[in-house]
Amino acid sequence: MADSTQGTGGLTFDKSKRKWPNEINIFMALILIIVIFEALGQLLPYMNNQSLLFDTRDRFDSIFNEARLRIIILQVSIIGIIALGVTQVIISQGIDLSSGSIVGATAMITMSFAQTELVNGNPNPKAIFGPWAMDLPLLVPVLVGLFCGFIAGMINGFLIAYTRIPPFIATLGMMVSARGVAKWWSRGKPVSFPTEDYAWIGSGMMPVVWFVILAILFHLIMKYTVYGKHTYAIGSNEDAARMSGINVARHKVLIYTIAGMLAAFAAIILSSKNLTAQTGMGIMYELDAIAMAVIGGVSLTGGRGSIIGTVLGALIFGVIISGFTFLKLDAFYQEMVKGAIIVAAVVLDQWRQQRAAMKS
Amino acid sequence: MSDDIILETRGLTKHYGGVHALEDADFVLQRGEHVAVVGDNGAGKSTFVRQITGVEQKTRGTVIFDGREVDFKGPLEAREAGIETVFQTLALADDLDVPDNIFLGRELFKVKLGPFSILDYKAMRQATLDGLQKTAVKIPNIRNTIRNMSGGQRQCVAIARTASFHSKLTIMDEPTAALGVQETAQVENIIRTLKAAGEPLILISHNMRQVFDLVDRIIVFRRGRICANLKKQETDPQDIVAYITGAKTGPEYMETAV
Ligand SMILES: Nc1ncnc2c1ncn2[C@@H]1O[C@H](COP(=O)(O)OP(=O)(O)O)[C@@H](O)[C@H]1O
Ligand SMILES: [Mg+2]
Repeated sequence: MADSTQGTGGLTFDKSKRKWPNEINIFMALILIIVIFEALGQLLPYMNNQSLLFDTRDRFDSIFNEARLRIIILQVSIIGIIALGVTQVIISQGIDLSSGSIVGATAMITMSFAQTELVNGNPNPKAIFGPWAMDLPLLVPVLVGLFCGFIAGMINGFLIAYTRIPPFIATLGMMVSARGVAKWWSRGKPVSFPTEDYAWIGSGMMPVVWFVILAILFHLIMKYTVYGKHTYAIGSNEDAARMSGINVARHKVLIYTIAGMLAAFAAIILSSKNLTAQTGMGIMYELDAIAMAVIGGVSLTGGRGSIIGTVLGALIFGVIISGFTFLKLDAFYQEMVKGAIIVAAVVLDQWRQQRAAMKS
Repeated sequence: MSDDIILETRGLTKHYGGVHALEDADFVLQRGEHVAVVGDNGAGKSTFVRQITGVEQKTRGTVIFDGREVDFKGPLEAREAGIETVFQTLALADDLDVPDNIFLGRELFKVKLGPFSILDYKAMRQATLDGLQKTAVKIPNIRNTIRNMSGGQRQCVAIARTASFHSKLTIMDEPTAALGVQETAQVENIIRTLKAAGEPLILISHNMRQVFDLVDRIIVFRRGRICANLKKQETDPQDIVAYITGAKTGPEYMETAV
């Protein structure tokens, strides 16, 4: 540190000395990736000068290809909601592998309380319970669903905070068990035909609306409340947090419970959108959610990252998946590249950390 | 016991399995008094601090603080009772900025909503600036994360944290061990401010010059036991080194010291 900066007694907020927010880097990465796909659309001979995001064929009253934009954000919204919870978990230096299975179990259970009695005048062929559980008010399945996530998340949190099982193992156990619950619930049969009210939650662009609302809410919570501050503190230096008097165990239970409830809410939206719940719902969602967070700059070593970063990470994720479809690449390539992107994001984060350490 | 005593330990003991890190420590600190705790590495000084501040649970013994027997379940309880500690392993969160670290665990709020209480950043920043000014600690920009600050700056943040809050007792475990000359001087100034304010202090240090400059009384630890309790006027650095190395033992500790 140069001497000229000393002697101020910390009395200035030297704006020029403030760190360049990492979110800007991620935003630029998003732009860069879009540019690459646009360029490939122009350059690859079989693409016939198509554009990924822009309306070059005058199909819409807009400069954008609204249909594709809509698909991209719709596609990332549901997993994006899970990623909001995963972001908090990773910032606290944890990991949650159970979100996908929580989606499966919650969808099955919730849908059983959201069924309608008559389907086209006939009794619901997929009915799980008797008539008492038919056409219940919307609040019932929603609360049941959130309660599932609450319980699963709280079990994760208790295992991690009080038995000191590593988060990886505790949530791996939950991943297997919750999938078991999903299969056991209706002996593997799908649960279908929800009430109109329930179908509204995930209809049309509603998943995007929920994602935006929740992203804003958790952005504010992480930035302006003591919950957020302590989450960063625990991920940054758990011993310091403990010595500062933070109840680390209780806070971890809260973090995993919130993550579980966000996964459950994603399950509600997904089952509503699909009008059915199946035992395999949400498989691999946990990894996609982790990928979104990591791409968005959330550090697996804890302490760093933000909700804005994760939202940008989700968009990058969506653009890449959509871009691959746009380039007519097969789905297996998408999976291969998805894996590579996760690894690349982690390597990039470590590289950034080393560089920062070297500078000081 | 007398009202003039802020802290007393009786038979304070800590065993880690077979390791007798602290054995039967009887210690008294008067109000307003500054005491140094010295001893070789591994003598049990940090262990002594951790038992008083509730970071660990003692094996046996009594701690009397401010006239009451206390049994802190954690460092927060000790802090709430009025004991501020700068631990040897810095209790700072690298990814947070200076005010966040200073107020970690006792944030100021705009609106209280349980775990989702809204932070009063402005008030915490202002209090940090005031605190740093009072202690003459120099930090270029308090809103940077402390990850990339020098060891001295980080230590100053840790010390500013203790100095920013009025406490009944301050404990510092080797606060200047990793610091340069200038930074050490800053820390010593903070300690003098505490003395002037009449706030008692336990200072763990290896630096004899510092010890003789700052404190009233010196306690020597050897292999987990107190082996000397000396007024500054009645001793000198060579004498202290003799106690530390085991060449000498205080008369009142003859039967127990090893
Ligand atoms: N958590 C622990 N577990 C086991 N042994 C410990 C632990 N902490 C300290 N010790 C041992 O206790 C003794 C005293 O350590 P410490 O109080 O750190 O010494 P000092 O601070 O005087 O250098 C040392 O022998 C050390 O190895
Ligand atoms: Mg020590």
